Amino acid sequence: MRIFVLRKFLRMKQTCLLIKSRKSKTTIRGCKVIVQLFGVFVFLIVGIFSFSIAEANDFESSIKDLGNKSRSKIKLAVKRLGNIGNPAALPALEALKDNHLQISSDGSLIILNESEDQGRYALSGNPVDLSSLTLHKPRINNSVRRVLSMAIGKLKLTSDSPQVRLQAAGQLLKMPSTDLVELVEKTLDREDNDEVRKIFILVLAKEGLKSDDKNRRLKSLNIINEFGNNDFKTDLEALLEKDDTGNFLEGDSEIRDHAAKAISTIENRQFFINQAANLFYGLSLGSILLLAALGLAITFGLMGIINMAHGEMLMLGAYATFLVQNLFREYLPGIFDWYLVIAIPISFIVSAIIGIILERTIIRHLYGRPLETLLATWGISLILIQSVRLLFGAQNVKVANPSYLSGGIEVFHGVVLPYNRIAIIMFVVFVVISIWMLLQKTSLGLQVRAVTQNREMASCMGISTHKIDMYTFGLGSGVAGLGGLALSQIGNVGPELGQLYIVDSFMVVVTGGVGKIAGTVAGALGLGILNKFLEPVAGAVLGKIIVLILIVILIQKRPQGLFAPKGRMMDN
Amino acid sequence: MIRKFIHLHSLREWLFIFTILAIATVLLPLFNILVPEESVLHVPNYMFALMGKYLCYALVALAIDLIWGYTGILSLGHGVFFSAGGYAMGMYLMRSVGKEGVYKSDLPDFMVFLDWKELPWYWYGFDSFIFTLLVILILPALFAFTFGYFAFKSRIKGVYFAIITQAMTFALMLLFFRNETGFGGNNGLTDFKRILGYSLQEPSTKMSLYIITAIILFLSYILSRYVVQSKLGRVLTAIRDAESRVMFSGYNTVHYKLFIWTLSAFLCGIAGALYVPQVGIINPSEMQPSNSIEMAIWVAVGGRGTLSGALVGAGLVNGAKSWFTVAAPDYWLYFLGTLFIVVTLYFPKGFTGIFARFNSKEKSKEST
Repeated sequence: MRIFVLRKFLRMKQTCLLIKSRKSKTTIRGCKVIVQLFGVFVFLIVGIFSFSIAEANDFESSIKDLGNKSRSKIKLAVKRLGNIGNPAALPALEALKDNHLQISSDGSLIILNESEDQGRYALSGNPVDLSSLTLHKPRINNSVRRVLSMAIGKLKLTSDSPQVRLQAAGQLLKMPSTDLVELVEKTLDREDNDEVRKIFILVLAKEGLKSDDKNRRLKSLNIINEFGNNDFKTDLEALLEKDDTGNFLEGDSEIRDHAAKAISTIENRQFFINQAANLFYGLSLGSILLLAALGLAITFGLMGIINMAHGEMLMLGAYATFLVQNLFREYLPGIFDWYLVIAIPISFIVSAIIGIILERTIIRHLYGRPLETLLATWGISLILIQSVRLLFGAQNVKVANPSYLSGGIEVFHGVVLPYNRIAIIMFVVFVVISIWMLLQKTSLGLQVRAVTQNREMASCMGISTHKIDMYTFGLGSGVAGLGGLALSQIGNVGPELGQLYIVDSFMVVVTGGVGKIAGTVAGALGLGILNKFLEPVAGAVLGKIIVLILIVILIQKRPQGLFAPKGRMMDN
Repeated sequence: MIRKFIHLHSLREWLFIFTILAIATVLLPLFNILVPEESVLHVPNYMFALMGKYLCYALVALAIDLIWGYTGILSLGHGVFFSAGGYAMGMYLMRSVGKEGVYKSDLPDFMVFLDWKELPWYWYGFDSFIFTLLVILILPALFAFTFGYFAFKSRIKGVYFAIITQAMTFALMLLFFRNETGFGGNNGLTDFKRILGYSLQEPSTKMSLYIITAIILFLSYILSRYVVQSKLGRVLTAIRDAESRVMFSGYNTVHYKLFIWTLSAFLCGIAGALYVPQVGIINPSEMQPSNSIEMAIWVAVGGRGTLSGALVGAGLVNGAKSWFTVAAPDYWLYFLGTLFIVVTLYFPKGFTGIFARFNSKEKSKEST
């Protein structure tokens, strides 16, 4: 069996190699046909062959020359490497640029890794034992670096991988250089990747602004008008600048009009992009607030318990996630990425059990005395914080994102949506729907609602209200545990995690209106989005303060929250 | 008028109060000055700064007892009023540093550090002690009045009020943490040199501040006692026990609540102003929500609605804090947390409650 698999694997590898070398093979095959047809032209083939040998030699000697003592020789070598166009030179060139290239005493070049504790030969790529060698750095200066970036840019722009081309083109857009722009002009027709093409066109448009040909400039402006982003604004504004006497530096009014039009188009586009980004970040913040506040909406909203230890339930959920992560790392490193899935039920159960213990031992004695409950649960929170601090240390612990949650997608230029935040939004939808189903569609939910509406009557109907209290509080705490799991994916996990969210959570519940899950959802999302739209205007701290003030005003107007049940309310 | 004050306490109680005042303000300083340092009876200098701090806390507890113990309104934002008084005093002390700061500039050090060229407008006037005094007496009360007016008018009460006050102190803490706000940001105001020309490092200044604090605490106590025993105080207690009934009886409860809330903030502001020169620093962490909740537990431990209980509670909890943070810092939060739970569960009347129960048992024994 194993042999079979191995054989299959080898075959796959061979096909891979075949695919890779098909390009070169076809040319060689083409040569063979020529040989068969025109056998007399053997010398021609010899010529080609020797030429390619010469090219290879040229490549090797140029790489070697990167370590030359003379700077002008280094420059020459770099230029040659750029002209040869062999992407194999890229690692050596980039290493030279980032000061990771070293010369050993026997003259061979060695590329070091980031932390400079491992190295390999620049030519063969074989690893090398660093301890036995004495190394020194090649002496390069800024003019060498300039040539270097040019050569690297050239190699990247002609690279086979579209990603590399895209990156190089993006860089070129930020820092244009005439030589490379010419290269772009030449390769534009051959480019088959749409994204890369778009950027190439923009690069040319940017260059076209500087040309003398009016039509070309207008065409460039139109292209920028259509595809351009914020990065073009400085170039466009330069066209509208005036000199000291108040005359426009740019003589042609048509060009100026087009430039002004392009600026306003770009600004409009950027405005919408910013608003969309704010909306997303607001939704993301709102979903986090919602996860933090949902548990509280249950304990406070349904049971009327002021649970100041609610933040610590979040914290316990986060630490439960941390422990699950460590267990996976220790015993199941192969499926480490799945730890988060397992942590979902565990963080729920840990927080729920601790919540139930607290309800049974302390909180149930304080029903109907909300202010006392507030103080007692505050005491509980102090004890939980200190316990966690003594058990795990006062430092933050690290909870890693699984690989499928790291990174993000760039939806617009400069707007990246991280995967973990998208996942949290989906997770909160899942949690809200689960809670809603539980409360509306199960008999437990029915009993919970009955006890909330009228405790005595529910008790008369044979519902064990104590048991329901216990379950409800456990549910609220467990949901808080889930919130902690989500928070562990986006921020630090430390003993004081809960303290950061407790005020916000109460604000959400109070704003949304007590006793309604829908109110909590609206409150959390509303506050999150409001916060993110205020942030660019007023700054993060001031934005938060404004939101708090708005909440206070809102509560003046609607003391029962946005989604208050209608009716006469004299005393709570 | 004077008669009314005399009738606040029985003769025995007055004697007790004045004995304590005399011990605190006369005897202890005498033991510091007259008794040689080697003696066991000598009261060391550092004791005065420490006790001055406790007395400030006691004044805060008194203020909270008025609003929570007597009127049933739990505030989790008294740290704001405390800090308001403290910052006003801190600004005066900062201005009186003059050019002796690290940068030898007329501006406070942190402004030089932030490269500010002139004093922000809200710092004007703090060169004068009289102006500072007015600010200390008026600003916290005015702020409390405005806040309370809107809150009480829209009938926010109970837990909602507690949460809103907590949000208020949280928001202001964030505001004061910013450097741009102009109150020293993170580090707050510190490195004071002198008050009214007297060096703050001198033991005699510290002792005087302590004595002043003790006298102000005494006067505040008498004032509070007068308020709670007046007819107005009775209405306050009635509001605590059944607010709707008071309203239906034709009282406008907003006025009563607003008065006691403002008075409470007023006392709290004074406490903050007395606290800063004795401790030597004021920073935004005084406005942490946790600090304000801790203030409530002083009152709960001592016993709500007794005034004297609040004073005792502040002393007991802070004494325990001082001891724990030296002897067993890891367990202080355990102790405090347990205190919160045990007091609310088993001793709702606090320390004075235990004392009273003990007393009544003695009496019932005597009668049988």
